Amino acid sequence: MAYDYEKSIRPGKLPHIWCPGCGHGIVMKGLIRAMDTCELDRAKTSIVSGIGCASRLPGYLDACTLHTAHGRAAAFATGVKLADPEMTVIVCGGDGDGTAIGGNHFIHACRRNIDMTYVVMNNYIYGMTGGQFSPCTPTGAKASTTPYGNPDPIFDISKLAIGAGATFVARTTAAHPREIDKLIVQGIKHKGMAVIEVLDDCPTTYGRRNKFRSVVDMMKELKKNAVPAKAAAKMTAEQLQGKFLTGVLFQDTEKPEYCEMYQEVINKAQGA
Amino acid sequence: MAKKVALLQGNEACALGAVYAGAKFFGGYPITPSTEVAEVLSAELPKVGGKFIQMEDEIGAMAAIIGASLTGAKSITATSGPGVSLKQELIGYACIAETPCVIINVMRGGPSTGMPTGPGQSDVMQARWGTHGDHAAIALVPNSCQEIFEETVRAFNLSEKYRMPVQVLFDEIVGHMRERIVFPEPGELEIIDRQPPSVSPADYKPYDSSKGQVPPLAAFGSGYKFHVTGLNKADDGFPTTKAELVDAEERRQIDKVMDNVDDILKNEEYLTDDAEVIIWAYGSTSRSARYAVNKLREDGIKAGLFRPLTIWPFPEARTAELAKQCKAIIVAEMNLGQMIYEVERVSKGDCAIGGVFRVDGEPINPGQIVDKVKEVL
Repeated sequence: MAYDYEKSIRPGKLPHIWCPGCGHGIVMKGLIRAMDTCELDRAKTSIVSGIGCASRLPGYLDACTLHTAHGRAAAFATGVKLADPEMTVIVCGGDGDGTAIGGNHFIHACRRNIDMTYVVMNNYIYGMTGGQFSPCTPTGAKASTTPYGNPDPIFDISKLAIGAGATFVARTTAAHPREIDKLIVQGIKHKGMAVIEVLDDCPTTYGRRNKFRSVVDMMKELKKNAVPAKAAAKMTAEQLQGKFLTGVLFQDTEKPEYCEMYQEVINKAQGA
Repeated sequence: MAKKVALLQGNEACALGAVYAGAKFFGGYPITPSTEVAEVLSAELPKVGGKFIQMEDEIGAMAAIIGASLTGAKSITATSGPGVSLKQELIGYACIAETPCVIINVMRGGPSTGMPTGPGQSDVMQARWGTHGDHAAIALVPNSCQEIFEETVRAFNLSEKYRMPVQVLFDEIVGHMRERIVFPEPGELEIIDRQPPSVSPADYKPYDSSKGQVPPLAAFGSGYKFHVTGLNKADDGFPTTKAELVDAEERRQIDKVMDNVDDILKNEEYLTDDAEVIIWAYGSTSRSARYAVNKLREDGIKAGLFRPLTIWPFPEARTAELAKQCKAIIVAEMNLGQMIYEVERVSKGDCAIGGVFRVDGEPINPGQIVDKVKEVL
């Protein structure tokens, strides 16, 4: 029997804005399955995003959804979560939104270890504005603003999240749909800041400029370069050249969660 | 029983006014000369179960208070000129998403870093037009510590009633000055909370104005699922580019303020009945102006003071009436002429207009105003 996604989607809101071949829809389906698995009460779930193609995701889903300004999703979400710690807060957005204009909010949400699940759809390009390079565009790649090849080094979003203090960090790709919901489920169940980086494809603004002849080629590339973290432990540096690790990359269950820390502030202030 | 009194700084009075108004969330970033507002709220909010968060930057602070407000908490931030500049995009977000919140701006000079410890009144036009796009604005300009307490309460009330950001601007002088405050008893000042929806979650539309210009606002987490965006939207909260819907929503969001100016405007007049010259001043400058009025009266000049406590929307009707009645209006402000443009606009040449301006980090003194009046008359 086909999975019932429709009960999670707001009536009349489809079709979505994403281009044929875009991986964002795969991530959205993974998110829906994850929310179902966690049996989330959608009225107590807030899905927060910034600006960009990926940030349009919340509008399609039946929940308390907040489509904010460019880069600010994590900061808005911090306000939602701290105001009502009983809310389940999920943030979603792209690589440019989350790590360029929103980089400061992203690292500080990680540092605080506030209980939210941030799904970064990393398609290494600014898609909505037509394909400008992002902090995740591979060095040397072509974008509309790197006609001679990208001179910038990249951010590794997962490493950034680990370094900044997030306590659950995982990575997968749009070519691994079953792993998407498994990791998001773990992220939602984790008490603290969870970052799920999903490497994604933008055939329209990245693929066509970078010699990918089809969406299938882009998906194959993602599959080819993905190495499960456990398998990587047995591989040499040479074998790992050009690859990226997938699965759960980091988890810390000891670091206190921010809202719980703040509850202690309240207890002290009230003389408890 | 005698009322509780205290000797308080304006910034401290602001923080306590916020607590009185029912604030439950502060998001901020340290900046002179407003920091005491944050410091006091970091101590006071958790006592009442509220939340204080020092964010990573000014923009994040504005984002956090909007998120918290949508989740049902009365929310406030406090900053100064450069911080307000950084917040502008999200002040516009709060306008279009019709999210109640209060922004305190303890004004210093500028542009840029300017003189962080000196007073200024050069953000008054920024309070009106700082964010991009057409929008209404409400801004209040108290001139004493007592009034900062009361106007902070009023700012929350207006913000909740009209579902929009409200700015309170006071200059560094009032922010850091200490005065005796008489605390109102609980219940003594009116406290207004946002109107919750009366319909079921299934029927709720966050921008449904069929029963009034200000749609009821549900809180995230209260059982209502809805969408909030900074895009132009229809009454159901979802983006639209349909011309007639965009136009209607934009106009309603301005009309909800402009159709209710009588409720929002507040001003004080001193000896204006027979005045031949009106000093038009706000904030700490109005205190020098009142002194100047007394001095001018001693010298036989019929002077009066018009002091707006609500600066936006602009007190158009009363300023226009005064322009018809008097020979001259003298606008005194710690900038190089901002509100004077509005006074000139609405007085339509009915009287002479003069300005007393200062941007050197020193307050405008009564003598400067007296001299200007004698020069213009």
